[in-house]
Amino acid sequence: MERRRHGRVTRAGNLPGGAYDVTVVGAGVVGAAVARELARHPLRIAVVEASDDVGEGTSKANTAILHTGFDAVPGSLESRLVRDGQRRLAAYAAEAGIPVEPVGALLVAWDEAQLAALPGLAEKAARNGHHEARLLDAAAVRAREPHLGPGALGALDVPGESVICPWTTPLAYATQAVRSGVDLHLACRVTAAARDGDTHVLTTGRGALRTRYLVNAAGLGADTLDRLLGHDTFTVTPRRGQLIVYDKLARDLVRHILLPVPTALGKGVLVAPTVYGNVLLGPTAEDLDDRRATGSTAAGLAALREQGARILPDLVDEEVTAVYAGLRAATEHDDYQIHARPEQRYVTVGGIRSTGLTASMAIAAYVTDLLAETGLRLGAPRDLAPVRMPNLGEAFPRPYQRAEMIAADPAYGAVVCHCERVTRGEIRDALRSTVPPVSVDGLRRRTRARGGRCQGFYCGAAVRELLEGRDPTRPARGDS
Amino acid sequence: MRSERAVDVLVVGAGPAGVAAAAALAAAGAPRVEVLEREARAGGVPRHCHHGGFGDRMVAGVALPGTSGPRYARRCVDAALRAGATVRTGVTATGWAGPLTLDTTAPGGLERLRARAVVLATGARERPRAARLVPGSRPDGVYTTGELQQAVHLFGRRVGTRAVVVGAEPVAYAALDTLRRAGVHVVAQVTASGRPEAPARRAAVARLWHATPLLTDTEVVELTGRGRLAGVRLRHRDGRGGHLACDTVVFTGDFVPDHELARRGGVPLAPGTRAPAVDAASRTAVRGVFAVGNLAHAVEPAGAVAAEGRRAATAVRRFLATGEWPVPHAAR
Repeated sequence: MERRRHGRVTRAGNLPGGAYDVTVVGAGVVGAAVARELARHPLRIAVVEASDDVGEGTSKANTAILHTGFDAVPGSLESRLVRDGQRRLAAYAAEAGIPVEPVGALLVAWDEAQLAALPGLAEKAARNGHHEARLLDAAAVRAREPHLGPGALGALDVPGESVICPWTTPLAYATQAVRSGVDLHLACRVTAAARDGDTHVLTTGRGALRTRYLVNAAGLGADTLDRLLGHDTFTVTPRRGQLIVYDKLARDLVRHILLPVPTALGKGVLVAPTVYGNVLLGPTAEDLDDRRATGSTAAGLAALREQGARILPDLVDEEVTAVYAGLRAATEHDDYQIHARPEQRYVTVGGIRSTGLTASMAIAAYVTDLLAETGLRLGAPRDLAPVRMPNLGEAFPRPYQRAEMIAADPAYGAVVCHCERVTRGEIRDALRSTVPPVSVDGLRRRTRARGGRCQGFYCGAAVRELLEGRDPTRPARGDS
Repeated sequence: MRSERAVDVLVVGAGPAGVAAAAALAAAGAPRVEVLEREARAGGVPRHCHHGGFGDRMVAGVALPGTSGPRYARRCVDAALRAGATVRTGVTATGWAGPLTLDTTAPGGLERLRARAVVLATGARERPRAARLVPGSRPDGVYTTGELQQAVHLFGRRVGTRAVVVGAEPVAYAALDTLRRAGVHVVAQVTASGRPEAPARRAAVARLWHATPLLTDTEVVELTGRGRLAGVRLRHRDGRGGHLACDTVVFTGDFVPDHELARRGGVPLAPGTRAPAVDAASRTAVRGVFAVGNLAHAVEPAGAVAAEGRRAATAVRRFLATGEWPVPHAAR
């Protein structure tokens, strides 16, 4: 096997000279997936990302569900890519160590209108190729979910819906891409785009970057970049989703992903387990103008708690571990906005809404085909460098539970973050990883450290010490 | 590959309540008393409370002043060790493997410890910002007193320049002291309560001597700032509001018992609280399982929970000797 050059991960300094064959703008789950797919080919590839980490925008703040696509608009590009992507990502997750739990979903009907909508949804699922969806009566729903609030009239059972780790997924893509030769330039915002003959010249906060082909996976900024390239085909209208994460002691209250039944009156909220053993309640859906409005609001949280109390009354008595809000890159269109511009050697991947995580690998394959049709000579594919991500999921053994790991390296027995049982060994590994974190939030997304119910009361200071390369078991002062 | 071992009494948590119980048990001759502490050092929360007042007591009508938190913590742990208890640090009790049997993780490996009695002394923590459902952005610079004190007193970390302290319980005044020691200017102290919930002298010193404004009947309704905290939005009970610029906010008090291990062991909570239900002898509804200290009633001063730990030791000895356990209400 040929020896492959590792790509570079940079966060400062001038960008390397010369022209890349392909540059992907955006290191969210979609951009990282595209870079990984392209990395099979003997091409010089770069990813440029405005923030200082992978998956730092929409990708980090979603509902963490691996969808079957049962409720997509039949015949749409989104429907096709979600279905294909679900299959691809489920297989990849097993190979790369991304936690997935196939808990299944129930669409619970709380009124007659919702109950009446269920057969139509079952039929839609069948048209999307999902023939396993079944109607459940009220008694069957209660047997499946004993903690459900009163008044559930029935449900549509959708096996195959899964929960997944939304943090590990883009990191796995990016890690594998970099190990297979892709350069990842973080903290590198694109501010202008021009042409020099056949070459794109991107102006970034870290100097110029030249590339023959360009992929726009800029998420909430995809329309802005598209306009820099001279196109005006869609506008991103960020849709804010606020979510509440409940403590692990709530996990036994729910077995499935409890989805709302969409009706003409709007879409409700979901209650879902997470792969970390928590319970998620949300999201709100608020159309906004501000693409940076990732804050939560009193009204949003009150509405979530009110709806959560109806779905799962015991849930709202449990402690809240975290509150967050993400912005989905919705547009005025009903489908993904993926367009190839052969004359410009340019592909736009816009309007990837809440299904982007599920569809990411299929989008990547589709975009790679579009690039080839646009004239990019891919060259013979080769195997990607292998990747096995650290397990963050509760359904699989974690280091603190593994005697053989601790025997080989006692650092895996030294629990630092007590709520999430994150060990010193895992934090050390994350800091030495291919795409290391530079912030406490980045470290949390790689290890779960500081992500638990105490939010740093016990471990926060020690975790920061570790992040900065110091040993918290040897305090600077005090305690001696 | 989990090694198994038996002890007489397993105490979970080496804070003042846990080590006091262990010290009293060992001193009274209980043979194998083992305390598990998940932190690298024993002593509990007082380890990072650098203010004085720990172990204040009255002897024959004379007030004997106590000492600083770290010194007090060391003294408590030393007493347990001298009495013959084993205190193991860096050992996490991860769950129950059966009645009175706990699984542990430590750098030395995995163990399963079977005991004749288990004393839970896992303490309490402050509710962090998220659990208080304070809306807004998620910037850096948001603390609980626990994290703040460890950052400043254990690691000498820089925390910020301008702070707002939320709360007016005694712990809020400890946070003010820590911030001053770290060279942080305290812009204001904010409480939803109508007046300080701490001793009048302490409140007066903060307000008059240190000139820290105390805004009563006021809530923090939003955090602002991207990356780093830019400020807090406040609302007074009368509807007035405003924005205070600051780069640090400390959410103090609002303690919640750390009851995970208790609940995982099927220990029922007292109705309307987050603490295990216990009787006057610190007995929970689960045979052989005791709960002491701030786990059982968040929160009391260190001296009070240590006294409670000593009292519980008597009940533990009685249980070891007689095997008697009250029948829970429901079973009567």
